[in-house]
Amino acid sequence: MVDSPAGSAGIVPPAEVAEMELYHPKSWWTRYVFSQDAKIIAVQYAVTATSIGLVALVLSWLMRLQLAFPGYFAFIDADHYYQFITMHGMIMVVYLLTALFLGGFGNYLIPLMVGARDMVFPYANMLSYWIYLLAVLILAAGFFAPGGPTGAGWTLYPPQAVLSGTPGGQNWGIVLMLSSLIVFIIGFTMGGLNYVVTVLQGRARGMTLMRMPLTVWGIFTATVMALLAFPALFVASVMMLFDRLLGTSFFMPAIVEMGTQLQHDGGSPILFQHLFWFFGHPEVYIVALPAFGIVSDLISTHARKNIFGYRMMVWAILIIAALSFVVWAHHMYVSGMNPAFGFFFATTTLIIAVPTAIKVYNWVLTLWRGNIHLTLPMLFALAFIVTFVNGGLTGLFLGNVVVDVPLSDTMFVVAHFHMVMGVAPILVVFGAIHHWYPKVTGRMLNETLGHIHFWITFLGAYAIFFPMHYLGLLGVPRRYYEMGETSFVPPSAHSLNIFITVMALIVGAAQIVFLLNLVWSLFKGKAAGGNPWRATTLEWQTPETPPAHGNWGKDLPVVYRWAYDYSVPGAAEDFIPQTQPATDGITREVKR
Amino acid sequence: MTQPIQIHSDAPSRPPGLRGVAADFSSDQRSFKTASWGKAMMWIFLLSDTFVFGCFLIAYMTARMSTPVAWPNPSEVFALHIAGQDVPLILIAIMTFVLISSSGTMAMAVNFGYRRERGKTAGLMLATALLGAGFVGMQAFEWTKLITEGVRPWENPWGAAQFGSTFFMITGFHGTHVTIGVIFLLIVARKVWRGDFDVERRGFFTSRKGQYEAVEIMGLYWHFVDLVWVFIFAFFYLW
Repeated sequence: MVDSPAGSAGIVPPAEVAEMELYHPKSWWTRYVFSQDAKIIAVQYAVTATSIGLVALVLSWLMRLQLAFPGYFAFIDADHYYQFITMHGMIMVVYLLTALFLGGFGNYLIPLMVGARDMVFPYANMLSYWIYLLAVLILAAGFFAPGGPTGAGWTLYPPQAVLSGTPGGQNWGIVLMLSSLIVFIIGFTMGGLNYVVTVLQGRARGMTLMRMPLTVWGIFTATVMALLAFPALFVASVMMLFDRLLGTSFFMPAIVEMGTQLQHDGGSPILFQHLFWFFGHPEVYIVALPAFGIVSDLISTHARKNIFGYRMMVWAILIIAALSFVVWAHHMYVSGMNPAFGFFFATTTLIIAVPTAIKVYNWVLTLWRGNIHLTLPMLFALAFIVTFVNGGLTGLFLGNVVVDVPLSDTMFVVAHFHMVMGVAPILVVFGAIHHWYPKVTGRMLNETLGHIHFWITFLGAYAIFFPMHYLGLLGVPRRYYEMGETSFVPPSAHSLNIFITVMALIVGAAQIVFLLNLVWSLFKGKAAGGNPWRATTLEWQTPETPPAHGNWGKDLPVVYRWAYDYSVPGAAEDFIPQTQPATDGITREVKR
Repeated sequence: MTQPIQIHSDAPSRPPGLRGVAADFSSDQRSFKTASWGKAMMWIFLLSDTFVFGCFLIAYMTARMSTPVAWPNPSEVFALHIAGQDVPLILIAIMTFVLISSSGTMAMAVNFGYRRERGKTAGLMLATALLGAGFVGMQAFEWTKLITEGVRPWENPWGAAQFGSTFFMITGFHGTHVTIGVIFLLIVARKVWRGDFDVERRGFFTSRKGQYEAVEIMGLYWHFVDLVWVFIFAFFYLW
């Protein structure tokens, strides 16, 4: 209809959509518990995800204790060890990171950053959270069910996942895990439709797609990917549930177990792997793209400089998203699939490095000659870049078939994915919390506690995961309960394991400092004011902090410029909010 | 003929061709200028649901191609014994005809909805729901017939066990979609009949104003369910 290029005397097209009908809560329950306000739902998502994430953190401690001191802790037997691995992986990937980035940050930031009063379907948004909570409870119920949670590994490969030799295989464990995943996907879909439609159809006047902050681009693209990738996991979960409960043979070949021929016959375990990784690989980017987006905004704001190559950053996000749907089988080089596939999937995998490298270069070029403020969000953002590059480079190793085959199922793989999709996104989560906590609560986080937490976490993460690369090159396998008599593993590997475990305990404990900081600052933190970071994006321009119900007071904001007008020559301040008219032509926005 | 309408003559003109499409899509407020929030949500949901059915069907095809035991012959399995002879695919032909017809009545309901003709809209939606319920009823009949003949999710008398597994799973999943559709058709038809959309009565759960657009959104879902059936029909019964 009407295009409004930047600097064209601030022409903003008239409103096309009537004011949104908001649900106004009438009681404490509908205001804070069964709330339809995206900001409350975001906090609910974040608290739930963090709580279940802490469980997964403790599980990782227990695993590390077993690896460093095999057999010392009597309650960690082989079955428990596999259950810890499985639950740790699944919780961290799906129930913590996915829920926190999309349900937590997505809910809080999307409406505020695009200038909407709320998500477009607040009721479905509320349901999304409660269904997510149900999924978490079903998952956690595994710990209390007879036989305990499933110990199939987070990838749940059949046929072992539903056999009696695997913990929870012929018990409640696997049933609860699959049910929980199905419920999670249903709940996520309700939220995901909200995020996508809000970004596409609910933006403020003047907020063109190419003026959206990269945070919104990242979360939006990741949500679209999730809506297309989770169906594969949904289907795989339903089919495996039938294999387990109805005795079908979707994924079950003919098997003799303990001398007995099982009823199953003619199924394909590889089919499950294809379905799982068609979800599983996009999932990596579902976690990474929001992190990419958020870190771009953190760097730009705290280096007081416009993001380098904004349009290229947007296209890189979209290209990564598209490519990530055609690389899934690089997780399956050793699965026995047709070797010719390996060539295709290795090629597509390595091509992803190109848009990813563009992003890294642009972050670094944004920093170049910037007015870098070493605030905590900036420290975490810098830590992210370094960690992501490290993890990404080992990804290039593993993407090649010939290099992957010997490294497959070793600690090298563990080191790789923990760096790239464990530590790196979590660092962004911390940075983002430091950045937006003042908006959520009206108070700043404590800097001293923040620095203690940052340095222990950042350096500690390297102390944990760097040595694992070396262990992997030695051939130390992953997911093994204990080494036993292994001739190719030198005794020094064992002392390294003890070192890693000690560091893991320290880093884990350092997270208590962070939680303490969150609680302490809520009551005692320095008052933040509306825009403590002097940032341009819309969420910092709300009339109230924390933003009230409806976000914007009486009038919706009008956007006149892009999100990155920092240190523009000729401007009075080193930032120009997006709501400030661009009539004088002072802007860095790229003109078409 | 009609004159081209000039909108916002003070605004900069839209570039021609593909760039214009891109400029339109990326312009402010809305990317799809004619789609309401509800319609946009339904389209995106259906895209997601397409992937669900796509995965189901691809899994079925993989299973069918890789079983060591031969697949049962669909023309024999799905035949009905009528007047002394086996008529292949007769039931499924009727079922498909019924469901496709229901798409026709649904499309007419949407049309009358936008003309604000309450009676006709509600009547046609009711007819759609009846056809849908008829489809599910015939599916129940088909399931019963196969079950009495010994087909189970884990075995069947004629060949690969995956036949029963995939058949019950995929037709069951589709039948669930149809059933949910019928329920919502009845709910929306009731609202139309009561005049909720004329007075913009607020929804019980969402407390949003009711709009005739709900009929069209319902229609989108219904046509999707029909379209999916065409694929299931082709891949399951005709292969």
